[in-house]
Amino acid sequence: MWFASPDEVRGRLAAVDYLADDGIATSVFLAGALGKPLLAEGPAGVGKTQLAKAVAQATGARLIRLQCYEGLDEARALYEWNYKKQLLRIQADDGAWDDIFSEEFLLERPLLKAIRSEEPTVLLIDETDKADVEVEGLLLEILSDYQVTIPELGTITAARRPYVVLTSNATRELSEALKRRCLYLHLDYPTPERERDILLAQVPGLPAGIADQLARTVATLRALELKKSPSIAETVDWAHTLLALGRTELDEALIGETLGVVLKHNSDQVRAAKELGLPAR
Amino acid sequence: MTTPPASLVDRHVGFVHALRAAGLPVSPAEGLDAAHALMVVDLSDRETLREAYAATLVKRPAHRPGFDTLFDLWFPPVISGAGGTAVAEEAEKAEDAELPELRERLAELLMGDPADPAFREFARAMVGRFGQVQAAPGRQSWFSFPVLRALSPETLVARMLAAMLDERGGLPEKVARRHISRTIEAFTEAVAADVRRRIAEESGIEKIARSAVRPPIDQVDFLRATKDELARLRREVHPLARRLATRLSIRHRRGRRGRLDFRRTVRASLSTGGVPLTTHLRPPRPHRPELVVLCDASDSVSTFSHFTLLLTFALREQFTKVRAFAFVDTVDEITRLFAPGADVLDAIGRLTRDADIVRFGRTDYGHVFERFAERFPDAVGPRTSLLILGDARSNYQAPALGTLKRLAGQARHAYWLNPEPRAQWDTGDSLATSYGSVVAMHECRNVAQLAAFVETLA
Repeated sequence: MWFASPDEVRGRLAAVDYLADDGIATSVFLAGALGKPLLAEGPAGVGKTQLAKAVAQATGARLIRLQCYEGLDEARALYEWNYKKQLLRIQADDGAWDDIFSEEFLLERPLLKAIRSEEPTVLLIDETDKADVEVEGLLLEILSDYQVTIPELGTITAARRPYVVLTSNATRELSEALKRRCLYLHLDYPTPERERDILLAQVPGLPAGIADQLARTVATLRALELKKSPSIAETVDWAHTLLALGRTELDEALIGETLGVVLKHNSDQVRAAKELGLPAR
Repeated sequence: MTTPPASLVDRHVGFVHALRAAGLPVSPAEGLDAAHALMVVDLSDRETLREAYAATLVKRPAHRPGFDTLFDLWFPPVISGAGGTAVAEEAEKAEDAELPELRERLAELLMGDPADPAFREFARAMVGRFGQVQAAPGRQSWFSFPVLRALSPETLVARMLAAMLDERGGLPEKVARRHISRTIEAFTEAVAADVRRRIAEESGIEKIARSAVRPPIDQVDFLRATKDELARLRREVHPLARRLATRLSIRHRRGRRGRLDFRRTVRASLSTGGVPLTTHLRPPRPHRPELVVLCDASDSVSTFSHFTLLLTFALREQFTKVRAFAFVDTVDEITRLFAPGADVLDAIGRLTRDADIVRFGRTDYGHVFERFAERFPDAVGPRTSLLILGDARSNYQAPALGTLKRLAGQARHAYWLNPEPRAQWDTGDSLATSYGSVVAMHECRNVAQLAAFVETLA
């Protein structure tokens, strides 16, 4: 068992500075209790990857991360044979043909490592939507039965079910089959109240008044039609920036000067300055 | 594991059926997952129950609002007393207070956090007090309108702003206004939810459920979208364009893995005694599809064209070569208005002023195609996909089918997206079938259909 109740999830995640709302706490709890993978989807920078890290940290489990990208294949996600070692063995000993497909020559990749791990493990499959469709097929066997079939060795079943978190920015729709096997958590930009609390937890020494003002300002920015809305990570950066500047009062001039920390497109900055009536630079 | 009481099973099954009836694709396996989840969560905590259902049954954000509405109907909050003394007090106060006092209290709540339980409790008490209307002799029914009219939260804005700000104007006012409009929205929604609950109590859940859930945003009709929905649709466009772009390039990449990189392969073989075990391939050349978009900008399809212009703009950022043209009864290139980094709403505003697309103001497809072929003879070539967006309603003008046929012949692919329902094609002045016989015409009325179409574009 990973967690006893959603409330416990909230408490233990808060202890590692991750503030969970009802939705997060309940799905994180259910993923552990039902032994199902958790698919966290949402815009960039709302804390999807951070959630997996926080779960690992809060439970003292090992974190194994598989970063997905275009062209990711079995050899890099699951396992590979160490050809060079096999070749050397064959050259050194003529009778070695039989046993070059054994443990000794197996290179574990993240998925196999997570399945075979004896200790509690959190498996993070990051940015699943970046991988090709074939990888999803590969994931299906692992996620539904927690086992992997290697032709030369046979089927390897999980010694201990890892806690699986998949993340996705929804740049492409994941397959129905994958979604059906997962619990689904849609992470979105937080309410200003929650974002203020996140700021206070993440940025020690930030005055509560500024945290509140920052959270509300960012919410106002997100309501504009921007190319790239500011993420939580960027709000946190903003708070750090203000602290580093040693300013204790957030006024329009200061916001105008530091807008580049949260808005990374020129057109977004122009639009924000116009709509919010910031002084022209 | 113990079996839950029969009434809970019934409620669960009824709820799952209602979700399916509202258009959510809930598979039996997912229904079972939800039932498993019920066994491990604390059923008395309503928000946990809601999130447990959401995590197991709702796999698309667009379906969440409909889910929440139905959840509120099937698992209504326990009223009175459960929220503790403070909440009960709140309700009691609301029962007999004078209207100015109530508005005072509302203003106070609207300046605070909408997650506060007192907020919901207040909305509930207000529905109890103002929401009942004599629908027919001897029959009472509930509405949100009289509640909002009595309290009129909009007229409180000035007072709240004065209370929240030292001085008016500038950024602080924007921020405060944003907060207030968010809480007013939350209050309106809380009132509507309680009205639905009361109606369901009197006339049964099934009856209200059918009318309470609005279609998910990806199924909203382009031509019938409200202003509010249009704003939400706009937010769908950028991710959609990115998704389409990824799809286009992924499709192309498959099957062509790039040529062998001889140097790297030989160098890697040194470590294995000259045996090239690992082959290295050159990364494939990125595929750059060329797109020419011809977009109807007349009033009859204004919501649609607004949306497609946004899509064009988004595609413009994903691809190097997109040329966009807009027309009413004559045609002009609008690519320059959509330069990378330009402000999209601004560009659409300038479109009507700067671009030369209107002669008499009545859509004339025939004239448009002829002018297009004449003014931009080099726009459509063998590598171009031609995309025409419009309702094919040409005000009984000559269709210029020959010109269109020639254009389509020059292009690599040609497609036509029509925002009208298929049943209305060919009625009145619509030339859907005539044009459709030259260029494949697709019905495209919502985001889901648009996404499905672009999948075929590659």
